Amino acid sequence: MRYLPKSPAERERMLAEIGAASIDDLFAVIPAEYRHDRDLDVPRQHAESEIISYFRAAGRKNATDYASFLGAGAYRHYRPVIIDSLVQRGEFLTSYTPYQAEITQGTLQAIFEFQTMIAELTGMDVANASMYDGSTGAAEAVMMAVRVTGRHKAVVAATVHPEYREVLATYTKHQGLPETLVGYDRETGRTDLAALDAAVTEETAAVLIQSPNFFGIIEDIPAIAAIAHAKGALLIVSIAEAVSLGVVRPPVEADIVSMEAQSFGVALSYGGPFCGVIAAKEKYVRQMPGRLVGQTVDSNGYRGFVLTLATREQHIRREKATSNICTNQALVALMATIFLTVYGKEGIRELAEHNMAKADYAARTLSQVQGATQLFTGAPRFHEFVLQTEEAPAAWSQRLMDEKIVGGIELSKWYPELGNATLWCATEMITRENIDTAAKVLTAAPVEA
Amino acid sequence: MTTNATGPNTLGKVRQHPTQNEALVFEKSSPGKLAYKMPLLDVPAVDAAVLLGDAHRKVAAELPELSEIEIIRHFTRLSTWNYAIDLGMYPLGSCTMKYNPRVNELVARIEGLAEAHPYRPDSLAQGILEVIELLQRCLIEITGMDAITLQPAAGAHGEFTGILLVRAWHESQGNPRRKILIPDSAHGTNPATAAICGYTVENLKSNADGGIDLEALTRQVDEETAALMLTNPSTIGVFESQIHKIADILHAKGALLYMDGANMNALVGKARPGDFGVDVMHLNLHKTFSTPHGGGGPGSGPVACKAFLEPFLPLPVLVQNENGTKHWSYDRPQSIGRVRAFYGNTGMFIRALAYILANGPDGLRQTTEDAVLNANYIRTKLEDLYELPYKTASMHEVVFSDRRQAAKGVKTGDIAKRLIDYGFHPYTVSFPMIVPGAMMIEPTESESLEELDLFIEAMRSIAREVDETPELVKSAPHSTRVSRLDEVQAARKPILRWRPTETP
Repeated sequence: MRYLPKSPAERERMLAEIGAASIDDLFAVIPAEYRHDRDLDVPRQHAESEIISYFRAAGRKNATDYASFLGAGAYRHYRPVIIDSLVQRGEFLTSYTPYQAEITQGTLQAIFEFQTMIAELTGMDVANASMYDGSTGAAEAVMMAVRVTGRHKAVVAATVHPEYREVLATYTKHQGLPETLVGYDRETGRTDLAALDAAVTEETAAVLIQSPNFFGIIEDIPAIAAIAHAKGALLIVSIAEAVSLGVVRPPVEADIVSMEAQSFGVALSYGGPFCGVIAAKEKYVRQMPGRLVGQTVDSNGYRGFVLTLATREQHIRREKATSNICTNQALVALMATIFLTVYGKEGIRELAEHNMAKADYAARTLSQVQGATQLFTGAPRFHEFVLQTEEAPAAWSQRLMDEKIVGGIELSKWYPELGNATLWCATEMITRENIDTAAKVLTAAPVEA
Repeated sequence: MTTNATGPNTLGKVRQHPTQNEALVFEKSSPGKLAYKMPLLDVPAVDAAVLLGDAHRKVAAELPELSEIEIIRHFTRLSTWNYAIDLGMYPLGSCTMKYNPRVNELVARIEGLAEAHPYRPDSLAQGILEVIELLQRCLIEITGMDAITLQPAAGAHGEFTGILLVRAWHESQGNPRRKILIPDSAHGTNPATAAICGYTVENLKSNADGGIDLEALTRQVDEETAALMLTNPSTIGVFESQIHKIADILHAKGALLYMDGANMNALVGKARPGDFGVDVMHLNLHKTFSTPHGGGGPGSGPVACKAFLEPFLPLPVLVQNENGTKHWSYDRPQSIGRVRAFYGNTGMFIRALAYILANGPDGLRQTTEDAVLNANYIRTKLEDLYELPYKTASMHEVVFSDRRQAAKGVKTGDIAKRLIDYGFHPYTVSFPMIVPGAMMIEPTESESLEELDLFIEAMRSIAREVDETPELVKSAPHSTRVSRLDEVQAARKPILRWRPTETP
């Protein structure tokens, strides 16, 4: 086997040194009836070229070269080439969690830079080293708010990503943590503030909202914060589209921000690995889940970085830890760090503005199609919009696919009250031609026979 | 004072670090430098301030401004301050730092797979669905279980999912039960997981061999016990040879056996948890199945279970249509719900399957045998100098204690730091907690005899240094860019980010 660096003779020599007659002697502790004496029923050993052929074939079967208007928590942005050049350096790729600080300063400093960039972008004081993704990050943020406030109820906006809400429900179900769902205004697509005000009580630990929300609409964060804080609840803002922060005002009134950083240079990869991250006000740092890198000095007084505040974590506190998280998304966080360095202070704004321009053109063009209407025009949005069509989405989406375009995602699964509504996303990767073609196909409803 | 001042006798492997100091990326920034160029905008530009109104960002985030070459150099220099499997042996016990094959990275980046949006129609995702289905089948076969979910993002997330399955099953039997039993040798994630699943943690004391004490287990298992969370082989690298009795004791009281599969690298192709009584377990694709650790993640923590737990698996589940195509099914009324958005860390599935294909059944078995052979070789070559607290046969890792060295004032942590000077990453320090001064060594199958001998030579040399020049060991490492870092100061006054200096 080509990954195993031993000759048969070396194996024999080692066994002799150990004093074992055969390799099976070393497995004698496994009771005979539980030893697996046949070959595993898995595919035979493949050559490297065969492995590549297998996955290339899978890639082709998956269909490539489609233009896609899909967003909804997973965004296709351009990934600068140097991201993969750098993260594939073995020193980053094949290194472990930086517990031995003296020989992991590279990872530690890069995470410190990541934490800084996330804090800068979100308007929070501190950020952690990453969470699994935006969905689990949001759930962990709610549990963090429970620890901070000592309260045991959560209020959740219906405009938070439906799958994030499902994950939150799985996390909170067994912790005696009831949730109240707050609906949205049918004109603006924003969280219904009156309903929110009625739902938040003195027992509410946290209000969880998303902005831009699942419909792509920017929520009125100062107003929502005022409602939450009036009752002593924390405000958690979930951000599923991190690029929005290039142009959208950061949620500075929030107490905790849970962000999905996939948009920062991370491939869609059919939904993962992505990169969650939790940022917060400094006073809550000791209740944060996950790893934190801090600056310190070595015995000669030179600057260095270490994992710190570990007394929050499972390997020290066990069942009293702030979370059970151990492995996080470090290499993906490094991708995000490189992405943000490439775009930089100016680039992230310009990128965000390009996204807004594409989405603005797409929304205007598609809503001019006969029988199509744009919903939620009463509030600002980033690069997603909701389109309602007279024709059922199943019909036109097939016509679009014939033109190698994947249209917006149907919302009725999560929001049945919205009927034929679909959620469209236009990032900088969408061309004007894609948009014009989509509009033409949508227009060309077949005549009833 | 210089940072590379070395003591006497620093031996052959010690080397000076090749790179100079590297400032923070923010400190290297100058306004106006660019490393990007946006493509020509083919639609009318918009005025973001007008469109967004109050929601417009007025103050830009202080992101760095650099050119492309500077970014390449910055991160390349940082990378050279890391130790990595690619540089040498990384014997962190319980972490399975094996070779990360490069073909895995290539195939995970094939366009049709890497650019697939999770909400694309199933008809345009048949390629990745086939990959997922084949990996599921392989992992079910390897574990000897009946069903699997790939959704959990890491080992601890898998534990969470697995214990929720346990809980859902007990609930379906009328009582979720109250407590989870956890051996004192367990990973910290186990009790942390039990707690977030709403269970009380009850500690189970290990017996004189470091294994499960059957009498204590019999005493402690009752009608309120939901499950035992067991790592097998245990964290001292020992197979629980009474595993079937453990399962019987639990099952007699209606409790389940959860296996932490962190140490599965000792079993693949040689024994299957499903055959020895395990009801539910997680795997770490980033340990056993060669997906890279990447400095702390991403991982992937599939959960495999017996048929009676299948109805409770997270949704969606992958099902096959009559014509052989596949789709995601959400029709699971008893499901514990979702544990993550979308379907899991799919990029890791691709890498793990590439690893399984590269090995085949013969390669997987040989891999396990080599991992166990390597650990036993190290044990044989070091047990005269380092105390072996448990004499039970070792599987894929060996745990020594620093008892003899500590008597001279040198602790496991010091010896670990000194290993760095010899060009190795340290072993796992002070874990498991049942071994005072633990030195937990897991070589994996990826080490050649030559590398093992170098490691053994280093450990033996350090044992001599403990006798002759203990200060040299206690002040190690001497060859790194930074010397020992002040962790107390870092925690007392945390500096968790860089801040721009105020310009007057």
